[in-house]
Amino acid sequence: MLIGGILVITCKNPVHSALALIVTLLAQASIYLMLYAPFVAGVQIILYAGGIMVLFLFVIMLVSIDRSVRERQFNSQWVVGIIAATALGGLFIAVYTKGKNIFPEHALPVVENDNTQKIAIMLYGQYMFAFEIASLLLLVAIIGAVVMAKKKI
Amino acid sequence: MGGPVIAQVIQYIQSYLDTRGLTPGAAGNMFWVLVYIMLVFAGLSVAVIAMNWLERKILAHMQVRLGPMRVGPHGLLQPIADAIKLLLKEDIMPAEADGLLFWIAPFVVVLAAFTVFVVVPFGPTHAITDMNIGILFMLGVSSLSVLGIVMAGWASNSHYPLIGALRSSAQMVSYEVAMGLAVVSAILMTSLNAEGTGTLSMIGIVQAQLAQGEWFIFKFFPLGLIAFFIFAVAMVAETNRAPFDLAEAESELTAGFHTEYSGFRWSLFFLAEYSAMIAVSSIAVTLWLGGWLRPFPNFLSGTTWDLVFSLFPGVTFLFLAAICFYNTVRMPKHPLFRIQTIGLAGFGVVLGLIGLVLFVPAVSTRVQDIFWFTAKVAGFMYLYIWYRGTFPRYRFDQLMQMGWKVLLPLGLGVLILTASVALLQDKIWHP
Amino acid sequence: MESMLHITTLHYLVLGAALFLLGVIGVLTRRNVVIVLMSIELILNAVNLNLVAFSRMWGGLHGQVFAIFVITDAAAEAAVGLGILIAFFRNKETVNIDEVNLLKW
Repeated sequence: MLIGGILVITCKNPVHSALALIVTLLAQASIYLMLYAPFVAGVQIILYAGGIMVLFLFVIMLVSIDRSVRERQFNSQWVVGIIAATALGGLFIAVYTKGKNIFPEHALPVVENDNTQKIAIMLYGQYMFAFEIASLLLLVAIIGAVVMAKKKI
Repeated sequence: MGGPVIAQVIQYIQSYLDTRGLTPGAAGNMFWVLVYIMLVFAGLSVAVIAMNWLERKILAHMQVRLGPMRVGPHGLLQPIADAIKLLLKEDIMPAEADGLLFWIAPFVVVLAAFTVFVVVPFGPTHAITDMNIGILFMLGVSSLSVLGIVMAGWASNSHYPLIGALRSSAQMVSYEVAMGLAVVSAILMTSLNAEGTGTLSMIGIVQAQLAQGEWFIFKFFPLGLIAFFIFAVAMVAETNRAPFDLAEAESELTAGFHTEYSGFRWSLFFLAEYSAMIAVSSIAVTLWLGGWLRPFPNFLSGTTWDLVFSLFPGVTFLFLAAICFYNTVRMPKHPLFRIQTIGLAGFGVVLGLIGLVLFVPAVSTRVQDIFWFTAKVAGFMYLYIWYRGTFPRYRFDQLMQMGWKVLLPLGLGVLILTASVALLQDKIWHP
Repeated sequence: MESMLHITTLHYLVLGAALFLLGVIGVLTRRNVVIVLMSIELILNAVNLNLVAFSRMWGGLHGQVFAIFVITDAAAEAAVGLGILIAFFRNKETVNIDEVNLLKW
């Protein structure tokens, strides 16, 4: 997964980056399976790898016409970017080495077969409001994307 | 000194071959998983080859012509000849094409089409594995083939494949939504049993149909039928088959996204298309038509009806053998046709022997589930070929219009109605 | 096989942090807008990984439910972001982020 991530940010051709991102997303789905979250893994494959990446590939195909002209691929502010990322990395390392002992050694719960049912009960029970808001958000996103990409409003 | 080591090795091997404690999905036993995978792969390859021959013959007979008749008796060796021709063709890659993408696009599509068969249930314990998110996995992996098609169109670096790939993938993505809604309303029906717990696992869906006593296509008539109809239309559009094959029809766009592929790579796309057809047909059979259950599992039950229905596999093969013998007799009696006549008679004898073997009770009890599943999927394949021979092609905007404006509201309506009817009958679990 | 180390939650968190860092580097240093958007997807994935890892640690399913919401939001935001990109590309014919400087004084 890390190799996929590195390839995403370093490939010159955006189509290769998209491919690396697909590999990363599929690896992420298998890590979700390791974490005993099969429903999230299935949702990840259907939505992310099968939906969002198709959207990205469509837009890449429509947009990057002269892909061999781009020689320089890094930003004009890449030095500041690397410094900021190093600072963030240092922060992460500090947090994780200090707080290493609060995580339990072995994972506790037992494997159940009704993960989907439990998620459904929680989604439609406790998080019902968030569910409705998410559907409203998707509606707004659809309208927004269609309006933005139209030729004449 | 080597005695106890050898005994340990034998015990280790025996622990792999021991099937007593196995359930489908028992991932501890890699050996049987590999055996099942090999069996499914071999069966799928045979099915694709048979589909090729069947499509050409049946389409020809629907168009009042004969189809391939020369290569073997009645063209039976035609698919093998096609395969040899494709393997021997020159492998062309366009000069400006993107090498990496051009290489892996056919493999991605084939991978997506074949991985779906990991969860297809051929029987109550005959699946490679039984994930408890089985149907979600199948929908997800079949949506990965869209990626392969987009990559294939882009990598060819010429406008016919690009437009074909864009159209084809837009069509597949649109009809995935309709498929998903139809699937959800079928899964809703699995939860209408006493405990109120539905399931997403493929084997669980068929067992729910067995427990509720009717195939889901007949449930809450006509809601199950409409859901099945939505899925049937969406599945034909999903696999880019007629009447939705604008993206790959020869008279429209040369050959769509696989224009620039030749030889072996093209045959991979072709293989993936037929496997995807079989895969979505298996989903339809499992969800609506009762999977491996014989017709009328609860209505006509009892040992005599079981016996009658258990004769079906043998009778089917004997019927096919009888057709072979009839055609052998009708072959032209000319010395040049002698080899073909002998070949056809031999094929008939093989089919007859298989039929007789299937009458033996020990084999017949094991083969029942697989036979009924395969028979239903074969019915769907015939429907696919029938659609190709009968319907005119949809224009692309008509296609997209139908996907979004007709099938999607219909799917939503069926879902809401199914849920309300089930709630009114007070069968849905509520806290 | 006894010396195999257990994969604790910390390992998943470190993996998530590494992905997050890669995404941040991608956002801050690449020129192509599409790759910047893909790096944002990487960041969201890292957050999801953290959520699901913590949900496993505590045994409840709240993390997984929230991860589903995050995936939904990522889809919406990718769609809108790509729409903006297409609208911008139609005007300026470039996907170079350095040239998005019409408001610069």
